[in-house]
Amino acid sequence: MTAEVLLQGIVSGLLMGLVYALIAAGLSLIFGLMEIVNFAHGEFLMVAMFASYWAWALWRLDPLVSLPLTVCLLFVLGVATYWGLIRWILDAPMLAQIFATFGLAVFLRSAAQALWGVDFLVVRNPLVEGRISLGGLFLGLPQLVASAGALLAFGALHWFISRTETGLALQATAQDRQAASLMGIDTQRMFALGWGIGAACLGVAGALLSLFFYVFPDVGATFSLLAYVAVALGGFGNVPGTLVAGVVVGLVEVLGGLLIAPALKYAVVFTIYLVVVLWRPQGLFGRF
Amino acid sequence: MPTALGRAAALALLGALLAFPLVFTLPYPRDVMIRIFLYAMLATAWNVLAGYCGQISLGHAVFFGTGAYASTLLAKQDWLGVWASPWLGMLLGAALAVLLSQVIGYPVFRLRGHYFAIATIAVGEIVQTLVINWDGVGGARGLFVAIKRPDSLINLQFHESKQTYYYIALALLVLALAINQWIVRSRAGFYFRAIREDQDAAAALGVPVARYKLRAMAVSAGLTAVGGTFYAQYVFFIDPESVLPLSLSILICLVAVLGGVGTLWGPLIGAAVLVPLSEVTRIQLGGTGKALDLVVYGLLIMIISVIQPGGIMALFQRGLRR
Amino acid sequence: MTAPLLDIQSVTKRFGGLVANRGISFQVAPGELIGLIGPNGAGKSTLFDLLTGFQAPDEGHILLDGESIAGLSPDRISRRGIGRTFQKLRPFGHMTVLENVMVGAFQKTTSPREAREQAQRALESVGLADRAQAHARVLSTGQRKRLEMARALATRPRLLLLDEVTGGVDQRSIPALVELVQRLHADGTALVVIEHNMRVIMGISQRVVALHLGEVITVGPPSAVTGDPRVIEAYLGRAYAP
Repeated sequence: MTAEVLLQGIVSGLLMGLVYALIAAGLSLIFGLMEIVNFAHGEFLMVAMFASYWAWALWRLDPLVSLPLTVCLLFVLGVATYWGLIRWILDAPMLAQIFATFGLAVFLRSAAQALWGVDFLVVRNPLVEGRISLGGLFLGLPQLVASAGALLAFGALHWFISRTETGLALQATAQDRQAASLMGIDTQRMFALGWGIGAACLGVAGALLSLFFYVFPDVGATFSLLAYVAVALGGFGNVPGTLVAGVVVGLVEVLGGLLIAPALKYAVVFTIYLVVVLWRPQGLFGRF
Repeated sequence: MPTALGRAAALALLGALLAFPLVFTLPYPRDVMIRIFLYAMLATAWNVLAGYCGQISLGHAVFFGTGAYASTLLAKQDWLGVWASPWLGMLLGAALAVLLSQVIGYPVFRLRGHYFAIATIAVGEIVQTLVINWDGVGGARGLFVAIKRPDSLINLQFHESKQTYYYIALALLVLALAINQWIVRSRAGFYFRAIREDQDAAAALGVPVARYKLRAMAVSAGLTAVGGTFYAQYVFFIDPESVLPLSLSILICLVAVLGGVGTLWGPLIGAAVLVPLSEVTRIQLGGTGKALDLVVYGLLIMIISVIQPGGIMALFQRGLRR
Repeated sequence: MTAPLLDIQSVTKRFGGLVANRGISFQVAPGELIGLIGPNGAGKSTLFDLLTGFQAPDEGHILLDGESIAGLSPDRISRRGIGRTFQKLRPFGHMTVLENVMVGAFQKTTSPREAREQAQRALESVGLADRAQAHARVLSTGQRKRLEMARALATRPRLLLLDEVTGGVDQRSIPALVELVQRLHADGTALVVIEHNMRVIMGISQRVVALHLGEVITVGPPSAVTGDPRVIEAYLGRAYAP
């Protein structure tokens, strides 16, 4: 394996890592707010990808064009999930919390399968396609656009959380639910907003991924596990930390595939997850 | 249910179940009952760890697969002669599952709650991926269970009728329930429940938390593996997709949760509802592979978790008004 | 002079920049009842966590019967003879009162029957025997406090750490609780009691340890400590210091 292949791998791992970071950011946000792990996170992503696909298949809308629609759809999905499901299990025993989102995941995934089958679907002739050559390295244009988009969205998220009044209210609610409500912050609205934004991140990520990734009902599964790994590495609730963590996951995935075996690359990622989470439960940057 | 009425009801149920194959002689109803017993047994095993001890494992298929693969691989070793019996394979599978559970549990039990659950999913995925890529155990193609002539109890194979399978499955379920009851009444059972309720308060009372979590895991894993061996000898074919997938882990949980997590009869009730339900959906939809039964499962899981996390048993007990 | 049961030597515990306990030293003789006072944030509960293995000290030694217990796991320390109750009560909600106490009793026996008997006795001694079959989560605060004590008692500790005896309990129930603590003391159990109610502390303690901002500010008989100007200043502020 040449240095070139290695370098190529590192770059592509970096690019994918940015997308993972965006996916993980939504998960981290939700967890920071109410200590609930959204087991349906990957399925939300899958819904976003299908939305982009069908917008293209039915109305010839390029995923980049339909991206705002996808984001809105996912935002609504997130808020609806909060109002319809999560709201009732906020103080329920942990078993109930795990099963609630787990059930949602199973429901969404199999509903997709029932509606659209198991075939791998793909968006053809997107606006952005082909490769560019940069100093001997080949970079897929869709991947580049996806990473740039992810980075932008991540930045927007971070700006929103740390600079706007609503964002600060979100942070306050995450830190201390009761104190926040005593200060006039409507915690229910904050929670719903958190779910909406978390899902919206997936809307962006899903639309971007559909530029170059296959779309099928199970696609969310691997992404969600990678997202858990990234969130655990970055520290649950630590949104900026997930940026670095996402990139790390992307790199580990590629390098694991290159250095060990392509078929085992996910096994490598999950093993890293177990190692990190046991050695440092608060993640690389979290404060537990 | 230590009441006289409860005991009479349980005995009556046992009698009915024993008589069932004598009344229903066709293979299909027997098959349904066998699967009810199997899932009830798996859910009972899961219950020991998750229901009583409070450690929610979402990767239990790992142990099922261990049992199935262990006995199947052992039976293939013709040079062992009569020692290549599935019964021995069952013991071997259980022992391996117990060992695997300790290896997994030792690090993973340091995590709590959601993190533990995610870790069990990760472990399940890792193991399934490894087996798929390991040609030595059949890889993705799977393994056919060695057919040994003649049919016999020793060979745990019966091609003529399902009757003996029925009684074996019932016996295994009764064994699992008996072990469950014995544990619940023992010191271990109290410690398990204390750990579930409040791990730190339990430790402050001298409960060796880590050690007992591992013990719960061991019992749970061993019983699950026994079910795996039975399955292999019943279906005669195993592959990662049938004995190791996340969907199987989900199903085991669902059976226990639907019936009543942490109760003795919950798993049986859950299986008695879910297996026929899945049959109905399968028949109605002609096995189109459209996963509509999973859609129903998903909805069921959500509904239960919101409305009554205690499952059917909890509804029942509310009706009894303790 | 008899050897101390518990010997705390210069124990320090930091959480990041915050020093929760600094150089804490005092001893507990066998069968002694010590009151531990100090305003909120003084480090009392942290000290309990250090004594029971929920935290490990950064500096210093903790000796039980001359053997170091610092850094041992909570269950091992419990088996060595230290029991505790928690300020924020932690009953095993879905188990009955009797079953709760049996968990403690099982430390000394493996037989369920014996554990049940021991648990019954512990419940009687705290006056909860009539609620043995109730689920722990339906109990009132006062009853829960007694349940916590019964549970810890069932492990037959030589040293019992009580974190807030009267906190959250209505006035009427306080004398009964105090009497219970005194009975435990009379049975020979050493006790360290965190308490904010000064009258209770004065009434039951043989010695009082006063903490402020993580440090011991004084140790001595109740009357001396509660009259100590530093203690008054710590609790009420400089305006009240004589």
